[in-house]
Amino acid sequence: MLSCAARLVRAQIQSKPTACWVVAARGYADVVEETTFTTNEYALHKLDEGPSQSVTVTRDDALKYYRQMQTIRRMETAAGNLYKSKVIRGFCHLYSGQEACAVGMEAALTPDDHVITAYRAHGWTYTRGVPPVNILAELTGRKTGCAKGKGGSMHMYGNNFYGGNGIVGAQVPLGAGIALALKYNGSNNVCVALYGDGAANQGQVFETYNMAKLWDLPCIFVCENNGYGMGTAVERASASTDYYTRGDYVPGLRADGMDVLAVREATRFAAEWCRSGKGPVILEVATYRYSGHSMSDPGTSYRPREEIQEMRKTRDPITGLRERMISANLATAEELKQIDLDVRAEIDKAVEQAKTDPELPVEEMYTDIFVDEPPFKVRGTNPFMYGMSK
Amino acid sequence: MAALQTLARRCSTSMLKRHFSVSSPVAAQMTVRDALNTAINEEMKRDESVFLLGEEVAEYDGAYKVSRGLWRKYGDRRVMDTPITEMGFAGIAVGAAMAGLKPICEFMTFNFSMQAIDQVVNSAAKTFYMSAGKQTVPIVFRGPNGAAAGVAAQHSQCFAAWYGHCPGLKVVSPYSSEDAKGLLKSAIRDPNPVVCLENELMYGTAFEMSEEAMSEDFLVPIGKAKIEREGTHCTLVSHSKSVGLCLEAAQILEKENIFCEVINLRTIRPMDEETLINSVKKTNHLVTVEGGWPQFGVGAEIVAKIMESDAFDYLDAPVYRVTGADVPMPYAATLERASLPGPQDVVTVVKKSLHIQ
Repeated sequence: MLSCAARLVRAQIQSKPTACWVVAARGYADVVEETTFTTNEYALHKLDEGPSQSVTVTRDDALKYYRQMQTIRRMETAAGNLYKSKVIRGFCHLYSGQEACAVGMEAALTPDDHVITAYRAHGWTYTRGVPPVNILAELTGRKTGCAKGKGGSMHMYGNNFYGGNGIVGAQVPLGAGIALALKYNGSNNVCVALYGDGAANQGQVFETYNMAKLWDLPCIFVCENNGYGMGTAVERASASTDYYTRGDYVPGLRADGMDVLAVREATRFAAEWCRSGKGPVILEVATYRYSGHSMSDPGTSYRPREEIQEMRKTRDPITGLRERMISANLATAEELKQIDLDVRAEIDKAVEQAKTDPELPVEEMYTDIFVDEPPFKVRGTNPFMYGMSK
Repeated sequence: MAALQTLARRCSTSMLKRHFSVSSPVAAQMTVRDALNTAINEEMKRDESVFLLGEEVAEYDGAYKVSRGLWRKYGDRRVMDTPITEMGFAGIAVGAAMAGLKPICEFMTFNFSMQAIDQVVNSAAKTFYMSAGKQTVPIVFRGPNGAAAGVAAQHSQCFAAWYGHCPGLKVVSPYSSEDAKGLLKSAIRDPNPVVCLENELMYGTAFEMSEEAMSEDFLVPIGKAKIEREGTHCTLVSHSKSVGLCLEAAQILEKENIFCEVINLRTIRPMDEETLINSVKKTNHLVTVEGGWPQFGVGAEIVAKIMESDAFDYLDAPVYRVTGADVPMPYAATLERASLPGPQDVVTVVKKSLHIQ
């Protein structure tokens, strides 16, 4: 029995996005510079019009999206393997399957826009500018990790990227607060606050919708609906699974989260909405995760294996883009294959470093408690053990 | 605005009165409420990124009038009324701090902060550490803490122990107007998350303010206790309203030639151990006094600290704690009175400590 979101994504299989060639071929490689595709429909809530289903992408952009998604995929696969060999401990929530969301959204944002998400954050940490080696080293707890190994999987930060947050739903008010700061300072930038279908029922999310709407905060609330809140399918957790409508007085839209171009177009629309001072908007992206909730979850006790396999076969975001690019002559199969090999090499190298870099020395346990503070004694595990916080 | 005018009138009146008497550095009398108001006003004037949010802080002038006049002066952008959604607005405040603003997030009382405590502890206090020093959270959470009068169990809890428990948070607890102004200003300027535990029953109490304390740059350092009264026989250590209680008890005991040293912690976390230890080495006796519950409380922490320090060898008696009774706060006046420590509690325990009848 398929989950609601899986059914939704699957329903869009029937109307798989089509390609149409527009620009003339050039060069001996027979490759085009730009093409237009048609995405699946967007569902709209309290919006008179939505994003265009006709999306144009340049060859360069398509190659970039492909590379980015493939990097996330390989990085997450590597993380899963490192976890199985016990080099990564604790929590590890993989983004495999959801790559089009981070990459597509990032494509419509600028580095001066702000992003905050929950714990399924490795993909976002990468798109926000942290190199894979520093993400993997953080997962293995080494000092070359982006938080020196002090944060771990759920607490990675970057430029205008506020993590990585462990408490379900807590990041949503934080995101609206960031948006408030942007508005306070007269900035034209937006904050994207992401949460899952599980978090979508949190009270603080509705408290945030209210204040964001009252104060016209430039906040895009993004629900990454992957069909399951841990092991609970959406229709068992939510009386309404139309997450893009749950903001009631906040307008919303739903896009196909397995199509990087649809995500980009929808995000562009949402960002324009916020930047023009119209207040918050909700963007639901219907996506899917191949792995379980985390590495502790095989992900098969609450959903059929056939469902996972079908998603991989028919709706994979990377395969989907590859097929489009090849059939539209945006790139050759060989080019994409080369990207695959490059990415694999990069990630393999990063894994080696993540396995061999040293951890912080124990003295560092006592540091980074306060900022701008003269050094002070920090108690250790017994009355005679102290460190200095500097 | 009105508060400032009242203050100006009070200043000039008391200055006239004192002009011919003593060359004291006292410049004025000021209530704790006005001291807090002044602190917020001065810091908002000084730093554009400081803003105030909370329930009724703007048009109502503050539930307890601490923010009186500020909305009229600074407007909607900088003084924001929030809906009654603590978890949401505390989270918004923390997010704004992460993005570089300096919010003052008011909880109408700290009892309501329990609804938002995840944002205070998990989002604010721990973030600088989890990010290995990348992400700062320059926020102040403030509001009345502890018992008021007749507001019963759900509105009377002291949160000093709960917030004092957490690394990554600073926790201050002013007693006097000088404490209130100086500590709140320090808290606002501090780039770390600070919890400022005020006391509703102290808001209306006036204290003398030195000339130094009246200046716009007056700060009380966080992490340093103040010796309110010197003594030799027994040390009393306390915070917030209970400091007044200790001073009262000290006056009673003085008549029996027992001289207590009264220490006002001012900061719960980081606590000024050094001042406590030095005092115990001098007096050899220690009694902690607080309004909060006994188990796992501020007093319990002080006792543990003293036990583990070299002050232990100087003790001539165990450290005793005077605290609120171990019950949810009752409503009836007699019961409420019995559930909170009074001067007699302190006197009795000091005498026990000194082995005096």
